[in-house]
Amino acid sequence: MGKLARKIALVGAGMSKFGRNFPEKRNPDMWIDAWLDAVEKTDNGIEPKDIDACYVGNYSSDLFNHQGHLGPQMADLVGLTPKPAARFEGACASSGIAMRQAILAIASGVHDVVAVCGCECMTEQPTVNVTDVLATASDSIFEYPAGATFPGLYATVASAHFKKYGTTAEDLMRVGIKNHENGAENPYAQMQQSIKKLMDSKIAKYTSQGRDLPDWEDEFDFLKSSSNPVIAYPLRLFDCSLITDGAACLFLAAEDVAKDFTDTPIWVAGTGQGSAALSIHDRKEITSFVATREASRQAYEMAGVGPKDIQIAEVHDCFTIAEILAMEDLGFYEKGKAIDAVKTGESKLDGALPINTSGGLKSKGHPVGATGAAQAVEIFKQMRGIAERNRQVKFDVERAMTHNLGGSGASCVVTIWEK
Amino acid sequence: MSDEKQFTIESYLEYIRNRKLMGSKCKDCGVTYVPVRKLCSECNSTKMEWVEMSGKGELAAFTSITVGTPYFVERGYDRKNPYCFSVIKLDEGPMISAQLVGVEESKPETIEIGTPLKVTFLESEVKGETKVDLGFEPA
Ligand SMILES: CC(C)(COP(=O)(O)OP(=O)(O)OC[C@H]1O[C@@H](n2cnc3c(N)ncnc32)[C@H](O)[C@@H]1OP(=O)(O)O)[C@@H](O)C(=O)NCCC(=O)NCCS
Ligand SMILES: [Zn+2]
Repeated sequence: MGKLARKIALVGAGMSKFGRNFPEKRNPDMWIDAWLDAVEKTDNGIEPKDIDACYVGNYSSDLFNHQGHLGPQMADLVGLTPKPAARFEGACASSGIAMRQAILAIASGVHDVVAVCGCECMTEQPTVNVTDVLATASDSIFEYPAGATFPGLYATVASAHFKKYGTTAEDLMRVGIKNHENGAENPYAQMQQSIKKLMDSKIAKYTSQGRDLPDWEDEFDFLKSSSNPVIAYPLRLFDCSLITDGAACLFLAAEDVAKDFTDTPIWVAGTGQGSAALSIHDRKEITSFVATREASRQAYEMAGVGPKDIQIAEVHDCFTIAEILAMEDLGFYEKGKAIDAVKTGESKLDGALPINTSGGLKSKGHPVGATGAAQAVEIFKQMRGIAERNRQVKFDVERAMTHNLGGSGASCVVTIWEK
Repeated sequence: MSDEKQFTIESYLEYIRNRKLMGSKCKDCGVTYVPVRKLCSECNSTKMEWVEMSGKGELAAFTSITVGTPYFVERGYDRKNPYCFSVIKLDEGPMISAQLVGVEESKPETIEIGTPLKVTFLESEVKGETKVDLGFEPA
């Protein structure tokens, strides 16, 4: 395993508001919002003349928005042309991959500073089309004709995990409850409401409409009710990430120049990337993602640390079951044991290993191509102690991780960050 | 059908259209591929032979889908009439994806992983053409 040939830092990071932004905001508009937010969060400022290239992560602007060739489009909007600009695609791991390519390009010595854009505008399409576009990230010849949707593929994984480890629907619900609690504290999130709050507002609505009131005692009652319909058994609505529009922007810089932009750079301690067969049926295991295991193995080795050294993590919770798998495959917990940690609250904001303090894909939202970069935005804030509202963890974060997964686990990028 | 068929996706699909579940078996290391492959990803050999699967296997994982793809929505599946996507482990070793039929899709809690299954070929009319897709049902 190689080391990076020189140290690289995240010197600025920002994002657009996540939500159903179309048509008020499209990819170009959201990218400018993210860029301006990142410039503002770069201590000494940063200008196009400081930047050598623009790497864009985007999954499917072609099918969502009838627009390809995003590299130069995004570069031009922020004054980066005629510098190199290109788009990278790896399903929901697209901007994680763009970020990693920026890191490798800087390590090579060719570039000193690279701007990373992650963006996706999904709500231009109705849900049935979104489902169809997302399904093209699975195997379109063998899984699609069998009826695979993304919720369906993760539900399939969940069914096997339930069988093998005794995981239950309630275990998954706890993940969603936690992520909504965190997202309620994130002003950039799509659904800034805890599930409790959501239940209260539904009851208020029913009251004003004079309808029968539900007898929900707690979140679990609500989550087991018809208000939380099954999308793909055993996954229900609140096990799924959101359909979201959004963009994120990262500025990565070589050690030699990082100090020009900030006195508190966040260093890339380790980066890893893994892959797996596109179809679940072509893999040896259903309940564990080899791409995650491989990407994290590389990242740990490069950083010279292990799972116990990670203090907080943003993991790819495209579905609640995916957060459980990530907690296991990243080595935080043994297989089958992550659900116990969720039960005891270890992954909560005030737990021993806070996971998805941003609200995760579940509550912050999941504009697929923007997600990897947006995870780094949250880590940047947490490590600098600037996370908004009541979301800042109560200890000094020295080391953190981002885990960005593509498709039903066929692509994965893991990054370890250090102060 | 002759055994000279190329080891391509189209040959595999043509067999399915003719109601045969075929795989390719590596003559060097013995691994079987379904869907078919020309290059063995275990040992890099290209010495493959066609083998017909018994069509028997067991349910490895599944889901019952209420919000489906257009291909299924067009054929009448919806929240009230969900369908099952499944992964089947064939007796010969490989796993394959297929629609699971002959089960109570709207009572997925009654469906059990490990259930013995057998192959079936599902016909449907799409834009005036008869399509044949791979399916499995309880044996
Ligand atoms: C689950 C899903 C199909 C629901 O979409 P939908 O049925 O079109 O939902 P709608 O947009 O009509 O919204 C209906 C209600 O549910 C809410 N809602 C939608 N998605 C939700 C989610 N994932 N979680 C919680 N609430 C959700 C909406 O806010 C809306 O609430 P309201 O009636 O109070 O306004 C969709 O969110 C989805 O496909 N998610 C997964 C996305 C995905 O696969 N991403 C890639 C992962 S790799
Ligand atoms: Zn072989």
